[in-house]
Amino acid sequence: MERNLMVAGFGGQGILLLGKLLANTASDYTDKNVTFFPSYGAEMRGGTASCYVVISDEMIGAPLGDAMDDLIVMNQPSFDKYLFKLLPGGTLFINSSIVTAETDREDLTIVSAPVTELALELGNPRVLNIAMLGVYVGYTDILPAEAVMKSITELLSKRADMLPVNTAAFEKGLEIGRAAKK
Amino acid sequence: MARIFMKGNEAIAEAAVRAGCRFYAGYPITPQNEIPEYMARRLPEVGGNFVQGESEVASINLVYGSAQTGTRSMTSSSSCGISLMSEGISFIASARIPAVYVNVARGGPGIGAIQPAQQDYLQATKASGNGGFRMIVLAPYDVQEAVDMTYAAFDIADRDRNPVLILADGVLGTIMEPIMLPEEKSPEEVKALKDAKRNWALVGHRPDEKRAMIEPGRFAGQEPANIENAKLYETWDKDIQVEEYLIDDAEVVIAAYGISARIAKSAISLLRKDGYKVGLIRPKTVSPFPYASFANLDFGKVKAILDVEMSIPAQMIWDVQYAVRGRCPIETTLRSGGEIMGRDQILKAAKELCER
Amino acid sequence: MEQLVYKRTSLIRPDTSSGFCPGCMHSTVCKLIGEVIEDLHIEDKVAVVFGVGCNGLAMNYLTFDNTTSPHGRACAVANGVKKSSPETIVFTYQGDGDLGSIGLGETVAAANRGDNISVIFVNNGIYGMTGGQMAPTTLIGMKATTAPQGRKAELHGYPMHMCELLDSLTAPVYLERVSCNTAANVIKTRKAMKKAFQNQIDGKGFSMVEIVTTCPTNWGYSTLDALTFLEEEMFKEYPLGVIRDKTEGGK
Repeated sequence: MERNLMVAGFGGQGILLLGKLLANTASDYTDKNVTFFPSYGAEMRGGTASCYVVISDEMIGAPLGDAMDDLIVMNQPSFDKYLFKLLPGGTLFINSSIVTAETDREDLTIVSAPVTELALELGNPRVLNIAMLGVYVGYTDILPAEAVMKSITELLSKRADMLPVNTAAFEKGLEIGRAAKK
Repeated sequence: MARIFMKGNEAIAEAAVRAGCRFYAGYPITPQNEIPEYMARRLPEVGGNFVQGESEVASINLVYGSAQTGTRSMTSSSSCGISLMSEGISFIASARIPAVYVNVARGGPGIGAIQPAQQDYLQATKASGNGGFRMIVLAPYDVQEAVDMTYAAFDIADRDRNPVLILADGVLGTIMEPIMLPEEKSPEEVKALKDAKRNWALVGHRPDEKRAMIEPGRFAGQEPANIENAKLYETWDKDIQVEEYLIDDAEVVIAAYGISARIAKSAISLLRKDGYKVGLIRPKTVSPFPYASFANLDFGKVKAILDVEMSIPAQMIWDVQYAVRGRCPIETTLRSGGEIMGRDQILKAAKELCER
Repeated sequence: MEQLVYKRTSLIRPDTSSGFCPGCMHSTVCKLIGEVIEDLHIEDKVAVVFGVGCNGLAMNYLTFDNTTSPHGRACAVANGVKKSSPETIVFTYQGDGDLGSIGLGETVAAANRGDNISVIFVNNGIYGMTGGQMAPTTLIGMKATTAPQGRKAELHGYPMHMCELLDSLTAPVYLERVSCNTAANVIKTRKAMKKAFQNQIDGKGFSMVEIVTTCPTNWGYSTLDALTFLEEEMFKEYPLGVIRDKTEGGK
């Protein structure tokens, strides 16, 4: 079983961190194979950012590609640019606060989560990526939510003050994801 | 030991330190910057030295100097930066100094693109500098292999007193994967490795000892040195590493190395599920090249070879042609300039050849 | 009673004679290097990095560890040696084309980092080994095979002053320009070299001794006329003396 994910959005939205947390969890808490491939470009801040995460029971051949099972888009340009990469039957996760999923495609499932607003409500606009991570894990069950939470906690080991808001964002996301599954 | 989730560039750097590398010099260039950055943090912890060279030209010469003392030394760069190192590499090969360098290749020619490519194959395997010297060139296809090959490269370099190149690419440099790291050599082992070279190393010798004379050009005549070097190169058959994957019944054999081979391998499992008899020959050493793997194919069975490279025009195909000698058609499916090989592209090309 | 007042340095092989042209000062420079190494008792830990040029001929005469760098890269190679073998006393031996033209980047960067190495820089204002081409140090009006009408400022720019150029940097510890045209100047050169080596032994950083010399063959002069040209023209452009000395007691 292999599952491919592409995450895309603005630089500064924590796109790479979202992917990295997922990949890190798979590496540390499962026996699965996993690859994390960040796009890299000449821009530093404010450009576009994307990354690929592949989690698989077998050896991973293509760590990236144009045939994704899942696509997370955090901004409109990413939706426009990368929708074609989603396989028929794939799942599209959108940051519905700022992305309108206008498409003729009927071969995909759309999971909407207003993570920009959600993060603002929680009092920290930066946790939108953690909320989306929760949505993705909640919907796909690709990894145990507790294991992902452990990775988040480890990441924030030196910023314990940031843990409550991140935990809240992750849990809120999980709820949205799980609800969408039904 | 537990597996650890690491970025390719950092894993290569850590593997080098564990192999006893105690000197690194390099100049910033994407996509390999995590190697010098990691070395700048890590080498001082083990009593080694990091120098940011003022250019790739200086960096390879800093390595040339350091390696002359018997210290395991390394540099890294990417494509156009590697070109700038050609002169130094040629000197290192001529002077028969052990050194390791890594090319985290990107698109070309010229400044090209900073994204991954495999456009330095002929340069890496045939002419990394003037004068017709040769090197063992290792081409990993995942981060674990990059780690293992880097670790082994220092032993090969010491054994042969010759430079060894790790030919990677931007995917392998920037991707993160779980890996197992090799055992770290102890300070005593690192010292012993250096001391073993003292008789020829440029460290100063007592007047009653033989002086060290490092000669990239021979006053006594260059040809005897060339003959001696050629003899070394002839011993490398034993160093050939190749993966032959599902070729016994294959009608189409894919020829690919590095990241292209990895993507091709995943395409083959999909092709096999659909009944297409496709196999893969993957050179792990691109120099010396595993000619025999291609030459010994059953050409009664093999309809065609599909050469898969991230280089336009294809480069490794020269070696494949040399081995196949016209006994079956060789087709290509290619990307270049920083565009990464697609699995679908390989699927399509392989199916077409199978159905031919 | 007989008294030994002069002995050939043991660091030049006894069974060789110099292959340098008559009147060339490389022979003197090589001899001084041997004497200074003996004075400092560092015979067993010294190594020279040759540039590419006439100086490389010396590898056949010297008896201690030596290597050859690619053209111009001697300072980078020497720094690599020094970093990985700090107990080794390493110096470069370079000409003006090597140090000031093709190797300008490596020279300036090594000086700017304050690499703990010693540089012996022989400036004769011309490319010797390749046969008299224009160097960055060639004087205005001086003929070269690649400047047959002589060096012209509007075409070739002006002679380059390496000591002064490096003097604009913060790190270098010692820069002195000397010559070997008279006994007094030979003694000064020897003292300067000794100081450059001592600075390295003391861990003080980058030292360079520039030795302004003749190249009778490529200047197209007799050995004596070359000396006259050196004293009347070269010294005008390249005045001898200490350019920088940050050591104790220095200026």
